[in-house]
Amino acid sequence: MKNHLLWASGFSLIISLLIASCKSDPDPNENNILTLSFSNQVGNQALTLGSGNYKNAFGENFTITTFNYFISNISLKKSDGTLYTIPQDSSYFLVKETNAASKKVVLRGIPTGDYTELKFMIGVDSLRNTMDISRRKGVLDPGDATHDGDGMYWSWNSGYIFMKLEGTSPQVPADAAGNQKYRYHIGGFGGYNAKTFNNTRTVTLPLGSIAAKIGPNQQPTIEVIADAAKVFDGTQKISLAQYPTVMFADFSTTVANNYVSMFRVTSVKD
Amino acid sequence: MKKSFLIIGSMALFGWASCNRSSETPTPTTPTTETLEVPQPSYFPAMVYDLKSNPVTTDGFQLGRSLFYDGILSRNGTIACGTCHQQAAAFTHHGHDLSHGIDDKIGMRNAPAIQNMGWEKDFFWDGGVHQLDLVPIAPLENPVEMDEKLPNVLQKLRDSKNPNYPELFKKAFGTPEITTERFTKALSQFMLFLVSNNSRYDLYLRGTTNALTSTEKEGLALFKQKCASCHAGELFTDHSFRNNGLDMTRSTDQGRFRITQNPDDQYKFKVPSLRNVGYTAPYMHDGRFATLDQVLDHYAKNVKQSPTLDPQLQQNSTLGIPLTDDEKNKIIAFLKTLSDEQFVKDWRFSDPGFGKAF
Repeated sequence: MKNHLLWASGFSLIISLLIASCKSDPDPNENNILTLSFSNQVGNQALTLGSGNYKNAFGENFTITTFNYFISNISLKKSDGTLYTIPQDSSYFLVKETNAASKKVVLRGIPTGDYTELKFMIGVDSLRNTMDISRRKGVLDPGDATHDGDGMYWSWNSGYIFMKLEGTSPQVPADAAGNQKYRYHIGGFGGYNAKTFNNTRTVTLPLGSIAAKIGPNQQPTIEVIADAAKVFDGTQKISLAQYPTVMFADFSTTVANNYVSMFRVTSVKD
Repeated sequence: MKKSFLIIGSMALFGWASCNRSSETPTPTTPTTETLEVPQPSYFPAMVYDLKSNPVTTDGFQLGRSLFYDGILSRNGTIACGTCHQQAAAFTHHGHDLSHGIDDKIGMRNAPAIQNMGWEKDFFWDGGVHQLDLVPIAPLENPVEMDEKLPNVLQKLRDSKNPNYPELFKKAFGTPEITTERFTKALSQFMLFLVSNNSRYDLYLRGTTNALTSTEKEGLALFKQKCASCHAGELFTDHSFRNNGLDMTRSTDQGRFRITQNPDDQYKFKVPSLRNVGYTAPYMHDGRFATLDQVLDHYAKNVKQSPTLDPQLQQNSTLGIPLTDDEKNKIIAFLKTLSDEQFVKDWRFSDPGFGKAF
């Protein structure tokens, strides 16, 4: 009899262990979805790739043919001051002007609450830049076909390009192929075996009184504008004629100091 | 009583373990075949590469070997890794000062040897890549080398019937899926296995004292005295970057500076291993010297002063390393004992013969 009881309790132990290990707890925040909707502009004009004509602070005319940037390490601050950080493996996004879907950053499983501040990194943090290839999935995978040869990864100097802005300007001297192109490829995570500059930048966007209310039945969208003109006209004004090409060089930090100010929140839609 | 607890406990554990496994996606690093042990000579330093992250297997190695010698990695199918990294020349581009890539384009540097890669902490003459798995992407995407895009390569491999790459990936990694990780790790498995440790000098190290002649032994002693501060240890490199006094007036290549943008790194290049140096001519990052004689002449007589010149090459207010002709000859005799004939002739490392690349 004792033995039977023992077996019975044993089996129930197995069953409960199986259930515990197989079935993860249902996430109470499963339907708590926040969307960050990025719209790229140039000053107050809409960004139209190729055909849009714009002017910088130096009066130089320019067009834009490529505009891509990485958004990562997203966190949200609640009205009570507590911080929620999106799990890191799910916190890397590549926004590309050519790809409408890439401009909607969908974040799932956010704890219920009123959020008053959005924070993210422009670029890819140093840790991820040096991680094993197995930890570089999706937009971080240099072999992912959706990159379409966009080249947001430097293979010769291992690391991601955080922001790429290319276009033409009549003020830029012609290159060997006769094209008057400017090319800004900004990256640099701080170096691995030797210290280099670090062009990751953290953007903090207060939502103020228009707080994002997130809950099972509340799936708001934060409308974020990225103003490409700020790349040239930020804290420092940059002349295209003087700097037609900025890639892996010290001057890239000036560009990074400018792009940190290119984002602003216009509204939060419930 | 105790026994039944044990049974129940182990059943529960089994249930838990099997359940856990099924919830995981199959990891690409699960070896499905025989594990190959990468030789790690006792007199080498500790390996840098984490073999646990990519256990070398027979099928993974063979896949890496196929990829290494297949022109499918290049834009037009003509250039393989093995084009510029030829086994007979210790995986360098024999007879080329600068490498000769796609469409007859000329590279900016001399192709470095592929050997003992597991012990390197950064790669290429300027150290721009810090992890072996990331190395293949650089030549593959370089416009003067293979001029291809990684996503295209992966797609071509998925479509390939001869060889049947999905099948080869399945053998190596369990499923036919072809991903960046599997592609780069298969190439790493091949490269990791390219260990050179069977030169006459290695025999000498392992106790065969008459493996070197008396001249060669004198050369070894001179080498230790005059060269080993940079070409240190049994890998014959301290893995540092140095300006070795080459005439840079005609070159735009600033070496390590390109990677760090630190003015102190101008004209610095990686101190290369000297293993198989008898096979890897021409020498220096730009292949400017055809013979070891010219190399030693440079150090003895032609070191040029510049702001980043290595302190080792300007001691006692003299430029370079004082060497007599006799000392030079002895050092060269010693350097040739680092030639590992077994390594350059090992059939396991050779072209499996798809005949697709030059």
